[in-house]
Amino acid sequence: MSDTERGPLVRPYGDTTGDGMVQVSFTLPLPHDKRAEGAALQLAAKMGMSPALLVHAKPMGPDFTFFVVYGSVTHLVDLREVHVVEREFPLLTSAEVNQAVRTHLKRKLVVVGACIGTDAHTVGIDAILNIKGFAGEKGLEYYRELKVVNLGAQVLVPELVASAREVGADAVLVSQVVTQKDAHIHNTTAMSAAFREAFPAGQVPLLVVGGPRFEEGSAQALGVDRVFGRGTTPGEVASYLVHELVASRTSPDPRGEQR
Amino acid sequence: MSTRRPALLDLDPAVVRRARRLARTAGKPVVDLAKAHTTVSVERATLRLAGLSGADHEGTPWVNHLVDAVRSGPGLEHGVTTPVWDALRRGEAPDLLTLAQKASSGGVQFRLPEGRDLTGSRKAARSAVAKGIRAVDAQRRTRERMVAKIGDAPRTPWIYLIVATGDIHEDIPQAQAAAREGADVIAVIRSTGQSLLDFVPEGATREGYAGTYATQENFRLMRAALDETSKELGRYVRLTNYASGLCMPEIAALAGLERLDMMLNDSMYGILFRDINPIRTFVDQRFSRQVHARAGIIINTGEDNYLTTADAVESANTVTVSQLLNEYFAKEAGLEDWQLGLGHAFEINPDLPDSFRMELAHALLARQLFPDAPLKWMPPTKHMTGDVFRGYLLDGFFNLVGAMTGQGILLVGMMTEAVVTPWLSDRDLALQNVRYVMDAAGGLTEDFHPPRDGFIQTRARQVLSEAVELLDEIVSDTSTRGTAHPQPLLAAIADGTFGAMKRPPTKGKGLDGVVVKADGYDNPATTLLEEGATR
Repeated sequence: MSDTERGPLVRPYGDTTGDGMVQVSFTLPLPHDKRAEGAALQLAAKMGMSPALLVHAKPMGPDFTFFVVYGSVTHLVDLREVHVVEREFPLLTSAEVNQAVRTHLKRKLVVVGACIGTDAHTVGIDAILNIKGFAGEKGLEYYRELKVVNLGAQVLVPELVASAREVGADAVLVSQVVTQKDAHIHNTTAMSAAFREAFPAGQVPLLVVGGPRFEEGSAQALGVDRVFGRGTTPGEVASYLVHELVASRTSPDPRGEQR
Repeated sequence: MSTRRPALLDLDPAVVRRARRLARTAGKPVVDLAKAHTTVSVERATLRLAGLSGADHEGTPWVNHLVDAVRSGPGLEHGVTTPVWDALRRGEAPDLLTLAQKASSGGVQFRLPEGRDLTGSRKAARSAVAKGIRAVDAQRRTRERMVAKIGDAPRTPWIYLIVATGDIHEDIPQAQAAAREGADVIAVIRSTGQSLLDFVPEGATREGYAGTYATQENFRLMRAALDETSKELGRYVRLTNYASGLCMPEIAALAGLERLDMMLNDSMYGILFRDINPIRTFVDQRFSRQVHARAGIIINTGEDNYLTTADAVESANTVTVSQLLNEYFAKEAGLEDWQLGLGHAFEINPDLPDSFRMELAHALLARQLFPDAPLKWMPPTKHMTGDVFRGYLLDGFFNLVGAMTGQGILLVGMMTEAVVTPWLSDRDLALQNVRYVMDAAGGLTEDFHPPRDGFIQTRARQVLSEAVELLDEIVSDTSTRGTAHPQPLLAAIADGTFGAMKRPPTKGKGLDGVVVKADGYDNPATTLLEEGATR
């Protein structure tokens, strides 16, 4: 069924079109009794579930109760009011990426990657950079025309800036998985500020962050050029780098042709 | 803790012997290297054992001040204690704390004493440090007495739950609640980044980042709270923290003094995942393990971490290699089999065919290779996608492997791994999962005998033989022979053998805190630990 056939208004689907069925689970700080179950149903009603069906209630110690509630939501989703960030660049194959870099940039495109701050989860940056790659796509190290420097985990921002300068990075890729107390936000803004301070305007490497908890469209607020979310593949990142650094370049590379 | 089981895998004893021999060949030169060096943290740990604690108004511990003062005077090549107790004997200050305070403002002239002054200083230092060692011994006896009197965890695997709020006063009720819900072991996750601090924070702390600082006072508060809960529940609830990072030796000493029961203490984790200098790590690790051995602390090693960066099938042998190395380093430092919580994890991609059979094979291999070690079994993290329903099933299968292979310590997996820090309900559901599997299938250890030369036996043997090959490759690497760092294991760490991380011995954090020992080096803590002496 296409969107137009479905119409602009949709409801959740349980087993019948339009039934609006959802399931939620939550904990209330109440001992398990009739009153607690009533409280759970009241919450469900306020969430727009009507009728709501309390299918499971379990005490967790003397002071808490866990609930599972099924019900039909009264809300409608209007697809005309859903806004998403569409990919702004064409998806290229690895051969096309290499070809574009070779013909237009006439040197290797240099990418520096790291997990910054105290984040030790390299799984994201490795999925994008390591030859092994992610989701069946080889990582950026596999691209002949890309020079990849993976600094690994817990890289300090000054180290990252120094490394980017040393190797003449065209792009800096930073991965952030740990999100407690918004660590990913703080680390990213600190990183972008450091780069903008360390490099003259117009010569700052392309700053790209990725991680499962970044919001789409938050690049500007974070001071970076692009944010990639959950499920990003190496090919998407490579295509984006070409789009930003290679294809759209009309003036000669200010950093010279050979580095 | 575990009983000897019949050989389920038909491993060739000659191959097993060869694996251990190779681990020794790889490890021995690194032990020699560790013995030839000391570090600022080893020296600070020694002062802590001698009773020096506290910090200045900026939070810099007095042990740091005193070690730095000696370092900029006669140096640390002969150990910190000789110049320190020489200064005390000369009347530079009435006690250790005052000396440290005076030294912090440059008010003490340290020297390397000679002759009778040397002998006298060493004797005085030994007597002071011995008090700390006896305190560690007393805590060990207290634990043994409490376990005997109150009772132990009702069964294995011990159920290991994590608490992490950042605030010790929030951690305490959470830890007590977790114990009441069934946890046998409480781990207080450390504040992110503490491993890279070159000092141990002081006092009770309420401000952590995704965890709570490891401090002596936090240790004391949590242990006292769990003692209370242990009495209430009729079973001794164990407490775990992290002897890792730049202050590994000091944290080990504090753990011994405050009766922590288990410590995360891997021989290579800091090198690979925190980019701490390899030599610093091996020196610190040896001292910390000597302390753990003495304190009756069970160490937990970190092999699970390799599989978060490397592939769990392809790199299964690196886990076995690391377990063998951890075993060698641990035993060399005096730890016994029952103290070796060697790590491994359920991290094979669940989309692979036979992934569960491979997990079983790997877990059994560890069980068979180290029959008397408790083994720490770690839940899936890498393939927890945010689909909490699938995650709950995966955790169930993880628990099943744990039950079928007789693991000693089971870290409870949360279905919300990679989504949020565990909610109250996540922990409750996770414990229901563990209890269901243990009650329903715990007895399977009795029935489960993989068929001769079947998939599981073959896979386990393959991983073992690949581990032997890798160890062989490591020890026969002669590329660094004749260089400043000829140890083949250091070369392997430098070229990315473990966890796909490249860590050369000349780089990494904390290298400037490594000191080559002089001929007359003296450390009464090491002496007392190695001699098993109390005075």
